[in-house]
Amino acid sequence: MKVKVLFFARLREEFGTSAEVIDLPGSASTVNGLRALLMRRGGAWQRVLADPKLVRVAVNQDMAAGGAPLNAGDEVAFFPPVTGG
Amino acid sequence: MKISVQREDFDLGAEVGSICGRNTIGAIASFVGLVREVAMTLEHYPGMTESSIRTIVEEAAARWQVMDCTVIHRYGELQPNDRIVLVAVASAHRGDAFAACQFIMDYLKTRAPFWKKEHRPEGTRWVEAKAADDQAAERWQDPARKAG
Repeated sequence: MKVKVLFFARLREEFGTSAEVIDLPGSASTVNGLRALLMRRGGAWQRVLADPKLVRVAVNQDMAAGGAPLNAGDEVAFFPPVTGG
Repeated sequence: MKISVQREDFDLGAEVGSICGRNTIGAIASFVGLVREVAMTLEHYPGMTESSIRTIVEEAAARWQVMDCTVIHRYGELQPNDRIVLVAVASAHRGDAFAACQFIMDYLKTRAPFWKKEHRPEGTRWVEAKAADDQAAERWQDPARKAG
């Protein structure tokens, strides 16, 4: 099952990428499953994604919790807490 | 309702003027946010930014009388004193206009996907989210604060 994954702001810089398509195994078909998969890459992935204070997630452009299910074709975005206004 | 996420500057007078179309509007409250002290780059999440602002405005309109509303938020490179954000709310009376304008700003700061990166002499740094901004948004969840 493929999902499109986006990274913004500090996360984009730390990971050195703004977007990629990831093929998720069925066992990882939630936000937390995807997050765990990315953390296994080690380095900045492990360090940043392990800290819930540093990361927010949106699925199909709506804020989502860790338990949110993912479906094929979803757009999943990881980014820091927002600082606009 | 007008929602715009743009690089370009905006003209407060022109934006407020374009709201004054109906003779039942008795009040327009507006807020303009400026860059303070340090140059910055504002990044956002195209698509989600616009839809999240729309949701915030709709939430305000469910609580107060909002006869028209304009929200403009800039992104890209901004210098000290540059305008960043405009919220203007039209209503029949000032109470609803003030409250809805403040509510939209408070929610925008904690829910709209924008990120500021400051350019300081010692280097660049991403601005960290402030607990005070979360508290400002949370107080609207207390029913006692809701305008009657």
